[in-house]
Amino acid sequence: MTIQLSLDGVNRSFDGFKAINDLSLTVEKGELRAIIGPNGAGKTTMMDIITGKTRPDEGEVLWNQSIDLTKTDEAGAARLGIGRKFQKPTVFETHTVEDNIALSLKDNRSVWATLFDRRSEVQKTRITELLNLVKLESDRDRLAADLSHGQKQWLEIGMLLAQDPELLLVDEPAAGMTDAETMRTADLLRDIAGQHTVIVVEHDMEFVRALDCRVTVLHQGQVLAEGSLDHVSANEQVIEVYLGR
Amino acid sequence: MLDIQNIELHYGAARALRGVSLTAEPGKVTTVLGRNGVGKTTLLRAITGRHPISGGTMTWEDADLSRMRADARARAGIASVPQGREIFPLLTVQENLETGFAALPRVLRHIPDDVFELFPVLKDMLGRRGGDLSGGQQQQLAIGRAMVMRPRLLVLDEPTEGIQPSIIQDIGRAITYLRNRGDMAILLVEQYFDFARDLCDSFAVMERGQIIKAGDKAEMDEDELRGMLTV
Repeated sequence: MTIQLSLDGVNRSFDGFKAINDLSLTVEKGELRAIIGPNGAGKTTMMDIITGKTRPDEGEVLWNQSIDLTKTDEAGAARLGIGRKFQKPTVFETHTVEDNIALSLKDNRSVWATLFDRRSEVQKTRITELLNLVKLESDRDRLAADLSHGQKQWLEIGMLLAQDPELLLVDEPAAGMTDAETMRTADLLRDIAGQHTVIVVEHDMEFVRALDCRVTVLHQGQVLAEGSLDHVSANEQVIEVYLGR
Repeated sequence: MLDIQNIELHYGAARALRGVSLTAEPGKVTTVLGRNGVGKTTLLRAITGRHPISGGTMTWEDADLSRMRADARARAGIASVPQGREIFPLLTVQENLETGFAALPRVLRHIPDDVFELFPVLKDMLGRRGGDLSGGQQQQLAIGRAMVMRPRLLVLDEPTEGIQPSIIQDIGRAITYLRNRGDMAILLVEQYFDFARDLCDSFAVMERGQIIKAGDKAEMDEDELRGMLTV
């Protein structure tokens, strides 16, 4: 197996508070990984470090075993193929579903190319492919604003995929979704994995169970346990942490 | 008494509360348990008026809460100890306590003695800035500030989070004292299970924006609840 991302001995403090404390973590190419943990475990800071939003005080963050991510900024990380989806859906509400995807395609974005852009057959096929994948093909002409909360989340995942990222970081996609949407989202992320590496931060345990993947439990900026959901949920330390002890 | 029936709350299109019903009575501690992200803080935001509900009813002492502004709810006797304490860092301890006066009639605008009886450290630090206090002291200040408002409903959002054990004990004692006074309904959101279990008279467990289990303390099945709270 090839390693997509590795963190080694990473530290980051904010005003003396160690948000990330000697964190080491490895994610393989094509893997689907769930990250869970109580409040303040360091989940968001970890995502910030991977995407170049926050620089660690110490430690190594390696992309494809060669590129040092601690030296890149957010735009640089995006160019390397790291896509991030924040918790709140962020789509262009006044554009159609189709146009949202079209706007996100990895293309020449110079002024000239943008001004005289004509949608090519290749692009059209790619858009349809993506809409099928995120189950929005029948909604392609609707305004994004009219989609349900879950559909907006899928659309945004589609927009990320349009950039053809190697790694997708997804923050609490299931929050606020209906039960049916939650399960469809788990299916979608499982479909995407393999082709892409996917890291999901989530609190919803039914959703994590449906992802059926390796789970990392963070606590106080460190990995507390790792393995299948059944494996980590049987871990005494994990139980203690969730009971607040 | 606080009576919540079937409330819904949305953040944008995301549904954060799904038909939540809950009551809280004077002289009783009602605890709301659940893992992170299940809607506990959102429920408190609905009660204190920091976010509008999109369905259901909320009544407090026979008044319709759902249409009341947050400041009116404070004047109606609802005080909150928010998660992360939200102390004013540049105001002194005394000034922080006095912010509670805003919702009070003039005759009540003084700091009740029991604030300092419960938390003597606040008396010693009256002139210090809130931001210079330790986390535990800030938590005591947040509870003291809420007490200044003479609330009849006190909501506390994870008051033990990140607090050292000796101060957790002080906070537990304070909650017990306020409960035994009998004039206040207390709603305690917690993730520290043992703390909440020892203090509560009734409980509710949330998951995915819903209450999945509720009852009196006598009905608390510890093994079952642990299963709901852990992963």
